[in-house]
Amino acid sequence: MNPAVPEIPGDSPLKAAQAPAEQAAVTPAVAPWPNPLAHLQIPFRAVDYEVKGYHLEVTVAPGEVVAVATQLDKEGLALDTITGVDWMAEGQMEVVYDYFHLAKPLRVVVRTRIPRDKPEIDTISGVFPGANWHERETHDFFGIKFLGHPDLTPFLLPEDATYHPLRKDFVA
Amino acid sequence: MTEKADFLTGDVAAGQPPRETFVLNLGPQHPATHGVLRVKMTMDGEYIVRAEPVCGYIHRMQEKMGENRTYAQFLPNTSRIDYLSAMTYTHAFVGAVERAAKIPVPPRAEYIRVITSELNRISSHLVWWGAFLLDLGGFTPLLYAFDDREKILDLLEAITGARLTYCYYRFGGLCNDVDDSFIKGTREFVAHMRPRLKMYRGLVTENIIFRKRLEGIGPISQEMCRKYGATGPVIRGSGVSYDVRRVEPYSAYPEFDFEIPTFPGGDSMARYLVRMEEMVQSLRIIEQALDKLPAGPVMADKVPRVLKLPAGDYCYAVEAARGRFAVRIVSDNKEIPYRVKLRTPSLSNLSLFEEASKGMLLPDALALMGSLDLVIPDIDR
Repeated sequence: MNPAVPEIPGDSPLKAAQAPAEQAAVTPAVAPWPNPLAHLQIPFRAVDYEVKGYHLEVTVAPGEVVAVATQLDKEGLALDTITGVDWMAEGQMEVVYDYFHLAKPLRVVVRTRIPRDKPEIDTISGVFPGANWHERETHDFFGIKFLGHPDLTPFLLPEDATYHPLRKDFVA
Repeated sequence: MTEKADFLTGDVAAGQPPRETFVLNLGPQHPATHGVLRVKMTMDGEYIVRAEPVCGYIHRMQEKMGENRTYAQFLPNTSRIDYLSAMTYTHAFVGAVERAAKIPVPPRAEYIRVITSELNRISSHLVWWGAFLLDLGGFTPLLYAFDDREKILDLLEAITGARLTYCYYRFGGLCNDVDDSFIKGTREFVAHMRPRLKMYRGLVTENIIFRKRLEGIGPISQEMCRKYGATGPVIRGSGVSYDVRRVEPYSAYPEFDFEIPTFPGGDSMARYLVRMEEMVQSLRIIEQALDKLPAGPVMADKVPRVLKLPAGDYCYAVEAARGRFAVRIVSDNKEIPYRVKLRTPSLSNLSLFEEASKGMLLPDALALMGSLDLVIPDIDR
């Protein structure tokens, strides 16, 4: 082998050159209590992970989602996904933001509700650039306008789509 | 230096604004994009100024389909999202329903789920390995990969009846038990695959031309992975030991001894090495599960024929071959879900492509794209 190119570390087959410390840093599967985000000024509710599949949830006012995203970003959480739920009977749209921690078993759900006849909310793509596509998709499916979003053109729907298929009153 | 030669060195690569650009359409029908992904590339000579993926060419509105059929009727759809890891995807959906309806799964069923999911992971990585090397100009590895993958498909076909879009898991267990020939065949496959992976290392991984194409190409930082929600081999190739099987353990995974392969490089080579090592770890898990396979039923007693989940929302995340796949079911206590959200890893992994490919040479960007291991129906759903 060319001596200018370093050996692939580790023994065969393909043993990883991984720092053992990093492997140990992952906490085993216990509930992350006491609440690791208790110092934030966000009123989280603890959720039974075994039933729900996430650890913390909070319902915030529509104007607070960017501030919450900024705080969770500082805590080192990653953006899982953004989606909507159409509560037509109540005249509301729910926007759901999922976050997860990269080392701890910690999943956080942030919810907010906006009026169905004026579905507008600020974008968090300035905090998490990955939110860009999730918000575009949510705009496609629900018609929720993310204010300040760089490009809300249809993402998965055809480029001339004027409909929002996941609205409960949508008829194909 | 002449004006032309200066142009060819790439203003963007030199940190200068481009003087002349053109738009190059890659796909939606292109051998390097594996399916119908289109990338609108603004080029400065050979250098990429902006690469904008255009998605949705095979959008099927799976989430709407989830809202107008029962849980059992929607289950086969979940194996058609990422067709290369159908087992893990159906696992997430049955897991979410079992969690909500509090259906206990017998241990034997959980063990067989782990065995079949890990076999599926190896077959998925083998397709990636063959196709990735095809992108880089090596044809032969594809034939080796598909030869080995065929053995997995034969094993799974015998117990599930399908070769690709398995629907083997049921709410509360499995549709049928495995037989002795499957167990014997899987042991033979594990014994067969270990030396093959060693051979792959000698054949490809240590190949100097191959390594020069990948080392240092397409670096993705930990921070970029976090900001875009990239998971799976992409984040583990950036040195973060994030794996749903370890962080949020599900099924029988806590009972097995395996490592989470992590490489700190962040380049395409690191992502390659993660997947190659993951196949070794999957073989380890399969072997342990076969050794410890408990006897007993593979289906829970008294699973209601008509499933109505209590009102509320339920999530279940699994580690698919491409990363974190999560299902969210919102129920209003009816037979039909109120909302089904499918969080797919390929979408998040591709979303960082625009930022990561800035200023790269086009052939290098294709190496980066291949190292992300994209499955387009997984993005488009």
